[in-house]
Amino acid sequence: MSQTAIHVEGISKLYRLGERQRYTGLRHLLEDAVRAPLRWLRPRREGGETKKGAQEIWALQDVSFDVQPGEVVGLIGRNGAGKSTLLKILSRVAKPTRGYAEIYGRVGSLLEVGTGFHQELTGRENVYLNGAVLGMGKKEIARKFDEIVAFAEVENFIDTPLKHYSTGMMMRLAFAVAAHIEPEILLVDEVLAVGDAQFQKKCLGKMSDVANHGRTVIFVSHNAAAITRLCARCILLDGGKVLQDGPTFEVMNRYLLSGLSTSAAREWTLAEAPGDNAVRLRAVRARTTEGETTEAFDIRRPIALDVVFDVLKGGVVLTPNLHVFNEEGVNVFVSLDQDPAWRGRPRPAGRYISTAWIPGNFLAEGTFIIGAAITTLSPVNVRLYEREAIAFQVIDSTDGNSARGDYAGHLPGVVRPVLAWETSYVANVESQQPVEPVWIGGKDRP
Amino acid sequence: MSVSEAQLAQQATAPPLVRIAPPKGWFAIDLREAWNYRELLYFFVWRDIKVRYKQTFIGASWAVLQPLLTMAVFCLFFGKLAHFDSHGLPYPIFYYAALLPWTYFSTALQNASSVVVDQQQVITKVYFPRVVLPFSAVISPLVDFGIALAMIVVMLGYYRMVPTLAMLWLPVFLLLAILTALGMGLWLSALNALYRDVRYVVPFLVQFWLFASPVAYSSSIVPARWRWLYGLNPMAGVIEGFRWSLSGHGQPPGAMMVASAAAVLVVAFGGLVYYHAMEGTIADVV
Repeated sequence: MSQTAIHVEGISKLYRLGERQRYTGLRHLLEDAVRAPLRWLRPRREGGETKKGAQEIWALQDVSFDVQPGEVVGLIGRNGAGKSTLLKILSRVAKPTRGYAEIYGRVGSLLEVGTGFHQELTGRENVYLNGAVLGMGKKEIARKFDEIVAFAEVENFIDTPLKHYSTGMMMRLAFAVAAHIEPEILLVDEVLAVGDAQFQKKCLGKMSDVANHGRTVIFVSHNAAAITRLCARCILLDGGKVLQDGPTFEVMNRYLLSGLSTSAAREWTLAEAPGDNAVRLRAVRARTTEGETTEAFDIRRPIALDVVFDVLKGGVVLTPNLHVFNEEGVNVFVSLDQDPAWRGRPRPAGRYISTAWIPGNFLAEGTFIIGAAITTLSPVNVRLYEREAIAFQVIDSTDGNSARGDYAGHLPGVVRPVLAWETSYVANVESQQPVEPVWIGGKDRP
Repeated sequence: MSVSEAQLAQQATAPPLVRIAPPKGWFAIDLREAWNYRELLYFFVWRDIKVRYKQTFIGASWAVLQPLLTMAVFCLFFGKLAHFDSHGLPYPIFYYAALLPWTYFSTALQNASSVVVDQQQVITKVYFPRVVLPFSAVISPLVDFGIALAMIVVMLGYYRMVPTLAMLWLPVFLLLAILTALGMGLWLSALNALYRDVRYVVPFLVQFWLFASPVAYSSSIVPARWRWLYGLNPMAGVIEGFRWSLSGHGQPPGAMMVASAAAVLVVAFGGLVYYHAMEGTIADVV
């Protein structure tokens, strides 16, 4: 007995690149009209002969899978893997070239936050308009209106034209509408990629709510942390095909290790290596204590950052340094090589591997982008700086022994250290008694 | 909370709500589905109307001013100076009665031909029956039409003209104008998604059509035996119909009307079929 929510069978989608440019000109129209009368009235479909210059791309090839009701499935893969095309077909925006899909239940698709918003209309008017575009009836919107406005936190501006809203307010309002569609099947694409971190967390929270209510969710994101937290199952797409389909941890590992994602390790050949005639950067990589290169680090474990460089001409003093940025572009810190063995000492020619250890429970959750530089300090001479050498994710589990403890909500901050907390306790305190001065003598009070 | 067994069992036997497959068939417009989306149609129309006169100084007065000013120019040049034949109607009535449907038609046609491209943001992100768009584009200018129509009541009063039973035919002529705009709009909006040339063709087309319709002149200048051919321009029948039904003077546009109605049906039906054929690919090419 089938209990599927979504059944996808052999779906393929063909795009012709350059088609738009070729057919938007009157000249081509006339050429076509002469060559084949009335042909220009037809949309181009698979099977028609290809004209020179047109490039055919199979965005999806024979994709099949089933999703059961209540499942939360992540779709991952690098840019152009076909994730968005698949989501577009499931939400009926685009039609497949071959194959079919069957959907059992009301579908809400969130391919973009704020679709159909109009700048001249007020927040209130936009809630109704956007709600209608997303498939809600007038009565349904009216019923949920207060809830939507409260979720978006825009009560005071609800009758102000949208053009006076800040981007953040607009995004919150848009997501609030979308989050209240209450479909049985929710398709979500990258919406979390927009807005500030706090907004992203709010969206994630709402989405796990949806999932917890037994609804089916298909979720496309580049955010490995979000996928790991939300989805039990993952489908990995590459080149329009299903590469792997299974439990998130397995699929995510394959994705992260296969070099399909933005890399946590990069190597250069000598010819293309950044640097000058004295020193060249050959590799930068992030790895675990076990020496394993990975894109996703457990927040509790230390991260080793290797800078591999060749000194071509001996006799220079060199200080490797690392620049760590988070996904909002905040420079979390800069670290200079302090290894006493080479501090202020000219280096002979040869290969060097300098490793910096970022302790566990230090970086916050999220994506980090690492810049690597090699500098001579006196006088200051930046010999090379590779701005976005590598990137990796830090993932905070909810096991309870990281800095978040038992708290599952949004934790702001660029670092997330586990601090030592201690408590002193006095049972009977008279209200007039002043607060004791700080005891400087160490932990033990007299 | 998980889906209950009963729900699962029900789902297992229920047919799919949606089956997504490659487009096929030359005429398979799901009218029931389109009907289910009537609220969205209402919202699109509502938005157009709301937005149209935002941040304007005189707002909806534009709906009256546009035909009124054009009427003044026509009265001066074609009436007072060129002495065109007006069936014995006062020039202001003669021109305003023609400009009413013409202003509606030209606005609706231009709206409809650009609606798919204008709404590409929505089309590429959300599903709804695409046919809702041209419908909304020809419905929303009806509000302006209604406002402008009120003005002619004032004018008829000024010339002490009493409405006759011919007035009852007005909705029929209006429907014909709507269908003409819709039919052309369906063709042009779908073509516009493929070929942006349409953007340049439409203003020219509207201007051309104005001269080919009896707005500035009376269709009586066309020899009687060619009148039916002239009627293949649906707006010819519509405009003469408006003059006749509003003023109660002259003859109803008989043979010309039949030709106009036939032409409209062909254009509108063809437009619907073509638009539907393009529907599946619009999101890919727009």
